[in-house]
Amino acid sequence: MNKFRFQRSQLCIPYGLFLVCFVLAPLIVIIYYAFTDGEGQFTLENLLGFFSSPNTIGTLAYSFGIAAATTCICLMLAYPIAYILARSRIRHRSVILMIFIMPMWINFTLRITALKEILTMIEGNLAYHPFMNTLIGMTYDFLPFMILPIYTTLLKLDGSLLEAAADLGADTVQTFMKVTLPLSVPGIISGIVMVFLPSMTNYVVLDMLYNSTYIMGSLIGAYFSAYDWHNGSMIALILLAIILVFTLFTNRYADEDAGSSRGGVLGG
Amino acid sequence: MQAVKKIGSMALGAAASGAAAACCFCGGVVCAREAPVTLRVCSWEEYIDLGEWDEEDTIELENGNVIFGERPLYEEFEDWYRETYGREVRVEYSCFGTNEDLYNQLNLGDTYDLVCPSEYMIMKLMAEDRLLPYSDSFYDEDNPYNYYISNVSPFIQSTLESNEIGGESWSKYAAGYMWGITGVLYNPELVTEEEASTWAIFGNPKFYRQVTLKDNVRDSYFAALGILKADELMDDAFVHSADYRERLADVMNDVSPETIGQAQDLLNGLMDNVYSLETDSGKADMITGKIVANYQWSGDAVYAMDQADEEDFVLKFAVPRESTNLWFDGWVMLKSGIDGSAERQHAAEAFVNFLSRTDNAVRNMYYIGYTSAIAGNARDDTMYEYLNWCYGAGEEDEDLMDYPVGYFFSGDNSDADYLVKTTRSQMGRQLYSQYPPEDVMSRTAIMRYFDAEANRAINRMWINVRCFDIDDVPTGVWMALLAGLLVLVGTGYRNSKRR
Repeated sequence: MNKFRFQRSQLCIPYGLFLVCFVLAPLIVIIYYAFTDGEGQFTLENLLGFFSSPNTIGTLAYSFGIAAATTCICLMLAYPIAYILARSRIRHRSVILMIFIMPMWINFTLRITALKEILTMIEGNLAYHPFMNTLIGMTYDFLPFMILPIYTTLLKLDGSLLEAAADLGADTVQTFMKVTLPLSVPGIISGIVMVFLPSMTNYVVLDMLYNSTYIMGSLIGAYFSAYDWHNGSMIALILLAIILVFTLFTNRYADEDAGSSRGGVLGG
Repeated sequence: MQAVKKIGSMALGAAASGAAAACCFCGGVVCAREAPVTLRVCSWEEYIDLGEWDEEDTIELENGNVIFGERPLYEEFEDWYRETYGREVRVEYSCFGTNEDLYNQLNLGDTYDLVCPSEYMIMKLMAEDRLLPYSDSFYDEDNPYNYYISNVSPFIQSTLESNEIGGESWSKYAAGYMWGITGVLYNPELVTEEEASTWAIFGNPKFYRQVTLKDNVRDSYFAALGILKADELMDDAFVHSADYRERLADVMNDVSPETIGQAQDLLNGLMDNVYSLETDSGKADMITGKIVANYQWSGDAVYAMDQADEEDFVLKFAVPRESTNLWFDGWVMLKSGIDGSAERQHAAEAFVNFLSRTDNAVRNMYYIGYTSAIAGNARDDTMYEYLNWCYGAGEEDEDLMDYPVGYFFSGDNSDADYLVKTTRSQMGRQLYSQYPPEDVMSRTAIMRYFDAEANRAINRMWINVRCFDIDDVPTGVWMALLAGLLVLVGTGYRNSKRR
């Protein structure tokens, strides 16, 4: 009677199952642990504890500092490269781009280990500048994620707009500030998202470069290994909330700027 | 109709399992259709010999024993069990990363029959009544297959017997596997033995950013106690008191809030002096010369010294004079895994016995680098021969000395049968780390597990030490942040007005 009829939407079932098992279910577990205490009773203590403990606030600030600095450095390094690449008339542009992307193909721990040796050669002792080393490591790791989106947006940029700007008497700097930069904002934003968020929790770089200060990722790990699932889950949850807010905010900005070329972000 | 069907199939299932049970209880007779017993073993990574040795790894001992690792020991166990007891067993061998990981795995419902945690985790599991005691037959020395009880070191066994949890001695629940102490691995060209023989080296400004601590709270807390309580620990009256060992253990297990607070301040200070906290990288960093001393477990120290020797670089091991941490890993059976099954328990006990056979203990020691809890006995001197094979002096060697290890092998350190003829250069080196002299052993303390309250306090202390202190931010950074914020708000305001 009830003959099975294939529908296109059924193709979503495998992914739906994956989503439920590995995304939704763990999230529910995290939420459960975050709002309960050792006896399984509902409590807000973990939440309040997060905002009243100098440790979590300090760690949050430190992670934020690292992430913000890494993002700035990446942006400053990546934009000129992406710009030059996108504007250049070299025939094998993609080959050059590949050179920048290539480090991504090499195993991450291997790269950081090599970096460790190089930095030791330069600085003599890694432990003197843990914060700076962390920034170098993070930048090394995340730079391709900044270059790619900016390059793609700049490549798509309509050349006739630049010609129009020139015809109307804008010089190179003006053209860049009024046309190129505002139009590349969506690329910048997606670059920031791809660099800022992961670098807030990427504690492997810190571990490998001997920075023993905790960032958010390692703090969660520390709570978990002390059998404190509740506080650890709460930190994970708050981190998730921060990421959510951040993404919503940047999405709004990206949409707005994609729609009109008027409102520059950076003091345009 | 459906309900009836269901009941029918349930009855069928019950009948089938009844048949299976009947099959399993066919006594000592080998039952061809018997399903193999599955033994779920969980241990540290790289903590059992995996075989596949090269030809040149073959160990030929003077007592004629030739030791060679062909296949992983847990696989060879399956064959041995079949040949010895005529029953099939299948070992499911898996690994854990830290004691805490194992504990969390158990709490999440992973079931294992036999696990090999460290002493404090054994204590914790014992206190929580999760361990199954070994059966009486396990301790029967007359049974030739009871390798553990006939080969275990009297030193290890008496340590296990003299420590109790809830009125029961550890030896009922745990079989020793590997053991060691903690100390300082150092570069003798840049650090003197005197400087290295104290926990205070980690705060010594002479080695600013050139020493490493361990990245775990227990080891670091032990070092902190060693520094905090140094005066008391080195006091003559204390050292020579009749109940020195008990008092030492009490001092090194002090978890009072005041002590934890002091330890936090101390560790905060150490953090500004050390190169880093590490778990594994310290050995390589010692060899490449990035650091000159590191907090090290004796077994890893042996490994690092061996590696350094290959590059003609000498490293040495010193044991702090205040006190050192005696630790060991032991096999324990879990109630949740064994679950009342006599067969599984038998297989688990046999597994421990198999690993305690002296040739297998040598294989593990050779592979892992730590010191086995197995010593052999008067009839089987393989372990002692192995020690001689490793460290005994050759014919051309000069500057010889007798190195007594009787405390470990026979329980009597003056035992003339256990005097290793070795070169004086072994002092502070591999032999010294693997089988420390008795005077070092006399200042060892076992670090107990922390109860829930102390555990919380100490972990909080550790997190305090590790987290970024927001007061450390220089005023300049705050000013720059404020300026940046003002600029952002300013431009945002301008933009919105322009629109």
